[in-house]
Amino acid sequence: MVMIFGKPLLLLYGQLTLGLINGAFYALLSLGFAVIFGLLNVINFAHGALFMLGAFVTWGLLTYLGIGYWAALVIAPIVVGALGVALEKLLIARLHGLDHLYGLLLTFGCALVIEGLMRNQFGSSGVPYAIPHALQGPLNLGFMVLPLYRAWVVIAAAAMCLVTWLLIEKTRLGATLRAATENAPLVQAFGVNVPRLVTLTYGAGVGLAAFAGVLAAPMNSVNPNMGSNLIVVVFATVVIGGLGSILGSIITGFSLGIIEGLTKVYYPEGSATVVFVVMVIVLLIRPAGLFGKAA
Amino acid sequence: MSFGFSRAQAVALVAMVAVIIVAPALLYPVFVMKVLCFGLFASAFNLLIGYVGLLSLGHAAFFGMGSYVAAYAAKSWGLSAELAILAGGIVGAAIGLVFGWLAIRRQGIYFAMITLALAQMVFFFCLQVPFTGGEDGIQQVPRAPLLGLISMQDDMSLYWLIAGIFLAGFLAIHRIVHSPFGQVLKAIRENEPRAISLGYRVDDYKLLAFVLSAFLAGIAGAAKSQVFGIATLTDVDWTMSGEVVLMTLLGGIGTIFGPVIGALVFGGLETYLAQFGDWVTVTQGAIFILCVLAFRRGIVGEVGARLRLGL
Repeated sequence: MVMIFGKPLLLLYGQLTLGLINGAFYALLSLGFAVIFGLLNVINFAHGALFMLGAFVTWGLLTYLGIGYWAALVIAPIVVGALGVALEKLLIARLHGLDHLYGLLLTFGCALVIEGLMRNQFGSSGVPYAIPHALQGPLNLGFMVLPLYRAWVVIAAAAMCLVTWLLIEKTRLGATLRAATENAPLVQAFGVNVPRLVTLTYGAGVGLAAFAGVLAAPMNSVNPNMGSNLIVVVFATVVIGGLGSILGSIITGFSLGIIEGLTKVYYPEGSATVVFVVMVIVLLIRPAGLFGKAA
Repeated sequence: MSFGFSRAQAVALVAMVAVIIVAPALLYPVFVMKVLCFGLFASAFNLLIGYVGLLSLGHAAFFGMGSYVAAYAAKSWGLSAELAILAGGIVGAAIGLVFGWLAIRRQGIYFAMITLALAQMVFFFCLQVPFTGGEDGIQQVPRAPLLGLISMQDDMSLYWLIAGIFLAGFLAIHRIVHSPFGQVLKAIRENEPRAISLGYRVDDYKLLAFVLSAFLAGIAGAAKSQVFGIATLTDVDWTMSGEVVLMTLLGGIGTIFGPVIGALVFGGLETYLAQFGDWVTVTQGAIFILCVLAFRRGIVGEVGARLRLGL
């Protein structure tokens, strides 16, 4: 057996792919989170709960309407995005001009309500969702065998990150968005409907979270608590990456997943905390985050 | 004006002490003790958010570790009640020193996110190390005798101890807020750059406030573990950090009595809604949303503003 630093190579590969998958979720979630924060100045504590809703919508589409995974990849983000639009219009928009902390507390309340309702309905253990037929089975890469679905998650997440990045950096809409992030009143003076842009951005950001939720649905069971622990890691990702850069949160998300995977191989006890340890180290060396601008 | 209390506050204080004395005759003493522990916890949290303007989302770490340490000290070392609880407070303060040292490098929401992430680290630590008992927690913690002499087995004996700890902590916070040190804290809250330009070492003040708050949160957690005879992961979980924010917000941020009232309402809700399962969470969330949208001054702040009283 091939060994790397005293660990079997196959174990290393296995944990690295698992890390890559986790990293894909961190990246997708912190991407939406960072876009929302950039424009709305709201720490979206409900991000994890909306991710979970994405998974439940996927499950509901199949169970009640017979709509399968591929359609859910499009429908679930739209449904959850619409809910996000409603949340923004009805609740978050009212906090305009107040301290950021109120936005955080409000979305925290939303997260509690959503998670509580789902736990009442479905219990804590959750419901199963089968891997779609086309993505079942193993994928032989030559040096290792990988479940096809896992490979798909990484590719789909990376593609979605890329599309979002291109949308923000290379299109006219993205340019408007970035301009509004820098100076909203000025952009509004140029005739852009900033409140609508804000609402749609929130919808799109949580839509990204829901997309991640669809990807997550067949991984483990779909359960009401799947988002609440993830959100804390997303916070740490964002602190490490710095909120300034879109690309930064993508890179940070994937890297943290890989670091977590490596830790599982070499020091399993530390795997749950390694992200936070990295955060502490980054804070000590670069308080503004790896990709952030110094305040 | 004595001891920094306004007239209205002095009246409220007398009323509160009277309620604490009468309450165990009317209500289940263990419930009142729980409210007192949460009241102290929320007051400690309020010291930061209300008077320095720092939102910590990691206070469960101090509360929970205080709870674990006191439980362990009482059970495995056989320490007396006051020493076990003090040990909980000291450990809370020590963790607070580390947290504070790291977190005050950033402001506002970053501060909140950093404290949350650090507290999550403490949670996983507690999940893994042997001394906390992992998923089981530390169970059947004996009620340690006070000074090694006075038995605390009886609910009422323990009640007076807890009431004494609560009042001492409450008065200490009031004293801190109204000291010259507290004035500087408020100046930092109002305008940090200006406080810096006036020559105050803002970071030192913030750190000390953070450590004091963590110490009292640790004491509160330690007291709670003596009341219930158990220390579990619930106390270090981040939902506990969320709950203390809720209590303070509900009662009134930056008011001295607000967190206590918030703890009372919260404790009542939790106890009476317990039979409805997860509706507790839904109700908490709804209260959060309502407070933030319509009710930002909280109960005590709102009453004070309506009656034009300096509560």
